[in-house]
Amino acid sequence: MEPMQQSRIGSEIAMNPLVMFKFRLYVAGDAPNSAQALANLTALCRAHLTDRHEIEIVDVFREPKRALTDGIFMTPTLVKLAPSPVRMIVGTLSQTQILLDAFGLESDAP
Amino acid sequence: MKSVRSSLMKVSTKAPTGIAGIDEITGGGLPQGRTTLLVGGPGSGKTVLALQFLVHGARECKEPGIFVAFEESSKRIVANAESFGWKLAELQRKKLFFMDIQPMPDLVQSGDFDFGGMLAALEAKSNEIKARRIVFDALDVILTLLPDEAARRREIYRLHEWLLARELTGLITLKAGEEYISARSQSPFGFMRFMVDCTVILNHSVILGVSQRNLRIQKYRGSSFDEDELPFVIGKNGFEVAFAHTPIRVDAKVTSERISSGVERLDTMLGGGYYRGASVLITGFSGTAKTTLSGAFADAACQRGERTLFVSFDSDGSEVIRNLASVGIRLDRYVKNGCLSMISARTITGSAETFLARIKTLAKEHRARCLVIDPVSTWSKSGNALTARSVAERLIDWAKADGTTLVCTSLLDEMSSQSESSSSLQISKIADTWIHLNYLLQAGERNRGLSIIKSRGTAHSNQVRELILSDSGVTLADTYTAGGEVLMGALRWQKERADRVANEVNEVAAKLKRVKLDAEEAELEVRVKSLQTELLAKQVEKELLVRTTESRKGEISQGLTRMEELRGADATKPDRK
Repeated sequence: MEPMQQSRIGSEIAMNPLVMFKFRLYVAGDAPNSAQALANLTALCRAHLTDRHEIEIVDVFREPKRALTDGIFMTPTLVKLAPSPVRMIVGTLSQTQILLDAFGLESDAP
Repeated sequence: MKSVRSSLMKVSTKAPTGIAGIDEITGGGLPQGRTTLLVGGPGSGKTVLALQFLVHGARECKEPGIFVAFEESSKRIVANAESFGWKLAELQRKKLFFMDIQPMPDLVQSGDFDFGGMLAALEAKSNEIKARRIVFDALDVILTLLPDEAARRREIYRLHEWLLARELTGLITLKAGEEYISARSQSPFGFMRFMVDCTVILNHSVILGVSQRNLRIQKYRGSSFDEDELPFVIGKNGFEVAFAHTPIRVDAKVTSERISSGVERLDTMLGGGYYRGASVLITGFSGTAKTTLSGAFADAACQRGERTLFVSFDSDGSEVIRNLASVGIRLDRYVKNGCLSMISARTITGSAETFLARIKTLAKEHRARCLVIDPVSTWSKSGNALTARSVAERLIDWAKADGTTLVCTSLLDEMSSQSESSSSLQISKIADTWIHLNYLLQAGERNRGLSIIKSRGTAHSNQVRELILSDSGVTLADTYTAGGEVLMGALRWQKERADRVANEVNEVAAKLKRVKLDAEEAELEVRVKSLQTELLAKQVEKELLVRTTESRKGEISQGLTRMEELRGADATKPDRK
């Protein structure tokens, strides 16, 4: 877990509407978990990061070497590349609150 | 289904592990192209076994391997394995690949996931290096990240299918404690045991304060295997499972070569000495010169120039040398020239298994042809008496297979029965020669008696001899029996002296008698001579008598004729009647 201090600074940057979010989602073909993760991520970005996100999708079945070099072994894995710090989230991304915390975003509903 | 077909095709082939013992009990190794589950508690040796399996495959079987590390980083695993001398660095280039899959501590998990990425990466790598073996070390680490039981099952199944489809020989290790081994609990990974083709359980327990490692094969589909729990050690060269009945034993070289026991008269008693490659057991209470006798053997072996290993459990090597020097056995020179290696086994701690493994390694390193263990009975005190016994058995088996002549002493407990049969490890049954030393208490003295209880294939003396230690060495003395008792020590000396005195008296008496007889003979001879002279005189006299009588007769007849002539007698003779 990251210290509180750092997390708040990260949060300030994240809350800045000019900051662009860059994601990379590793999926295993069209496996159910992967498909679900992509759907969840798209929904979240539409709701919270309107017009300030980029999503790159890497299919490990098509690019196994890349999974190896990037150290991605569980699918689906979402990597938040920007803003820093880089975070890695594994799973179907079904719990929105966990994701928002991880991205340093505050939930709309307090 | 792909997997079913492949498992039907591959039934009997096995992937050798190269681990002494495991290949024997499984009849060749782990099931080839199938999955094996390796379960054990923390520190039970799972990683070592798994890595050794890969190293052997890569080096000896032309089967490159991949090690998937979920818990320890590969760097640490490689560093830890350095001490086994496996030279991982040179293998790592082509034949052995480590894949680090340690979940980051700050990894955020949200919802379900699968091993798709890992399998895709593995696929790429295994195609690249043409891997045949694959190890998943500590799979439980990643399984616990999965949200529920159903997901775990699904991923285990996925992994298994993946392995089967590629006909890879898989080895999955799992951390599990007693509850897994007792097989009562279903979760967390209970179903995995039903899925895999072979299950190996490692167990690390402490018995009477001594660490004891055991290995057991719980299941092995389509193959017979040894079902017992077998002790193992992690030695200098890795994993080693104790397996008593090594097939090598059949080929043990049997010779009729005799080698000296170091005591000349003992050799005579044994009909020429110990057999080369025999196992000799010397039993006795403390202080009965067991060490001295084994020292004499070591001395003789070194004199022949045979490399010898002397393992002492009682005292330091230099102490043994000093003590033996007092009875004229000087071992220090052989230590100096490297022929003899003295090992103080007090520095070795652990179970009997550890001792055995260490001794084997030391003997191998020293290239020993003769081995002395003094005393072997210490083993029975370290932990489990049951396993200690089998260790002693295996020691003898190993020495035989190796052609090493083994002399081990065994301390008899003074408190136990005084009978000779109480050798604690029961090696006496399998030893070839059994020499027993004991004290004989007589006339206020303790003397050492030596007897040979058995010696296979050798005519041996049945007599108890007295063992005498002096500055000049070890000797055996004849014993005297008197009144059904064996005499030793001062009693023997007394008897010897009495015998000497009696002998002298007898000799003098005999001399005297001879002189007397000589005199009588001389006297008789003289008498014979005088009688002979007398006889001669008589004969002469008799002859004279005969002669005079005849001449007188002639004289008389002549006289008559003359007288007749003179008287003019008739021509006819008158009738004289």
